Amino acid sequence: MDHVIDVRGMVKRYSGRAVVDHVSIKVAEGEISGFLGPNGSGKTTTIRMMCGLLTPDEGEGTVLGLDVRKDSRRIRSQVGYMTQRFSFYEDLSIEENLNFVARLYDLHPVRDHVRDTLEDLGLTARRRQLAGQLSGGWKQRLALAACVMHKPKLLLLDEPTAGVDPKARREFWDEIHERAAGGMTVLVSTHYMDEAERCHRIHYISHGTLLASGTVDEVVSEAALTTYVIEGPDLADVMAQLTGAPGVDQVAPFGTTLHVVGRDADLLGETIGKLATDGFTVRPGVTSLEDVFIQLMAEPRETAA
Amino acid sequence: MIAGFSFHRLYALLDKESIQMRRDRITFGMMLGIPLLLLVLFGYAINNDPKHLPTALVTTSQDHYTRAMVTALEMTGYYHFNHIVESAEEAERLFEKGDVSFVVTIPSDFARRVQRNDHPRILIEADATDPSVASGAISTLGTVAAQALLREQPAAAEAAEAMQGQLEVIVHKRYNPEGITQYNVVPGLLGVILQMTMVMMTSMALTRELERGTMENLLSLPATPLEIMLGKILPYLIVGAVQVGVILVAAKLLFSVPFVGGLGLLLAGVLIFVLALVLLGYLISTMARTQMQAMQLAFFFFLPSILLSGFIFPFRGMPGWAQLVGELLPLTHFLRMVRAIMLKGATFDTVANHFGALLLFVFAFAGIALLRFRRTLD
Repeated sequence: MDHVIDVRGMVKRYSGRAVVDHVSIKVAEGEISGFLGPNGSGKTTTIRMMCGLLTPDEGEGTVLGLDVRKDSRRIRSQVGYMTQRFSFYEDLSIEENLNFVARLYDLHPVRDHVRDTLEDLGLTARRRQLAGQLSGGWKQRLALAACVMHKPKLLLLDEPTAGVDPKARREFWDEIHERAAGGMTVLVSTHYMDEAERCHRIHYISHGTLLASGTVDEVVSEAALTTYVIEGPDLADVMAQLTGAPGVDQVAPFGTTLHVVGRDADLLGETIGKLATDGFTVRPGVTSLEDVFIQLMAEPRETAA
Repeated sequence: MIAGFSFHRLYALLDKESIQMRRDRITFGMMLGIPLLLLVLFGYAINNDPKHLPTALVTTSQDHYTRAMVTALEMTGYYHFNHIVESAEEAERLFEKGDVSFVVTIPSDFARRVQRNDHPRILIEADATDPSVASGAISTLGTVAAQALLREQPAAAEAAEAMQGQLEVIVHKRYNPEGITQYNVVPGLLGVILQMTMVMMTSMALTRELERGTMENLLSLPATPLEIMLGKILPYLIVGAVQVGVILVAAKLLFSVPFVGGLGLLLAGVLIFVLALVLLGYLISTMARTQMQAMQLAFFFFLPSILLSGFIFPFRGMPGWAQLVGELLPLTHFLRMVRAIMLKGATFDTVANHFGALLLFVFAFAGIALLRFRRTLD
């Protein structure tokens, strides 16, 4: 098995509209793959097709060496899937929820598995708390505990850190990296750029179409964008001047600076050169992943218009 | 102006409410469906003075006096002779099964006694478990029989008139001779209460998971549809068992309802009935999207169950189509079974067909529910 996930041409339609349109993704063993894209771009649908919760309309492939069409039941029992919305029983305690999951996965002895998992994720002290009373960070920890307890080789995490504070997010990611180092493969969908940068590889999907795949550096360099950073007083005025100017694709304020991004380096340079420069400093900047994604998000709409 | 009354705000609320109402198809359908259903059911199906009741004739002779009696009874509109048997035992079996409401016995010496003017008598036994069924038929008996004989002997009118006083129609009200309504209603209530609570509770089974968002997780865990179904319904069998115990004890202590049949047989029947009910509830939960819809669907099923099962109104009094709908309700078969066992002391042989019907519901509901259950979120 060279790839843990190897799906090709996955299509899912809802009332005739392709929500996922010929998406192919490969994820190698032990890799943390980030799955990025705006809301409603088809991330959740793609993940659900991979773990057998949705039947693809077209496409084929394997997950953990099992056919996504024929072996969906076996895939489900061998992956750990963390849903986007917290979906454990709020009227059960952490321990009771884990007992339930452990029994469904046929883990023996249940007590030892639950105890070790509680310990492992630092939930032991809170094990008797009702899941409904937990804060976002602890809920997420419980959800993670429940989907790693049966020691799956593949973790599919659907926006696991939405609504979680930065400290809990940091700890969560440390946890994920630790598990990847232990050989677990992870596919995680997210909106956060800093999380994308913690992935070995990223896949960017928009309007159901996969637009970019690769390491962060690869994706940034393939986008071939040029970025300038402008610093100075009265940036709002400069922003108004630059918006829609030749060669300028994005203008965005970042604190006391302005980021100007364009696809055509020469044209952008020319426009920047014409700016009244008294009082401003203009320097070339580093294109960020966010710049690339905003660019990617804008493009399909341009071609559609 | 924030305080006070604003028609703008009221309009906003009304508009939002009506949009939500229109989006919820099931609720919208129920708003139109329930009044219409009630109207049709009450209007056409319910008849408190049932006619054409199935009757068994026990006779060995075919003389014209016997035929005259039969014709006269049929002319009243209450009796429909659909079984002609030769022995009292056969008639008894039909009675216990609930296949007939009356057994008319015309003794073999009837004709001879009429001719001899020697106290001719016929016996009419009525199934009085439901006192209202038999009352109309019995009350008209008085003169009908004698007049029939009168017509048979027009020549000897005088003799016949003399005989009129002598013809004796003996009426036996069986199973509930005093005509106590509770005897009929309380065993029926056992079924109705179970129907209401069991179906409503289990109709939430899957919709609760859907509403709370735990369904996606449940589906992603390795549990089969059969395991999920059984896991959802079996706990309610215990709830049902407690209810059955309470109702039976109360029936005995509060209403002194007679209990002539076997307890084991009754409990076996109740078990199958409750199983059918929880499966029906589970089936509803595979169809409803919200708990509200599940409640409404359960109610939608509950209504005809009460009206068309023979619980409130005599089953035999309903027109054919309503009886047909009634046959499709588990409660109908349960009522027949529970009344036969508790009031008539029926044995398994007699109620086997009711058991069979209830088992059929169990398998049908379970089968459809399993087919409807989606292992995926498609």
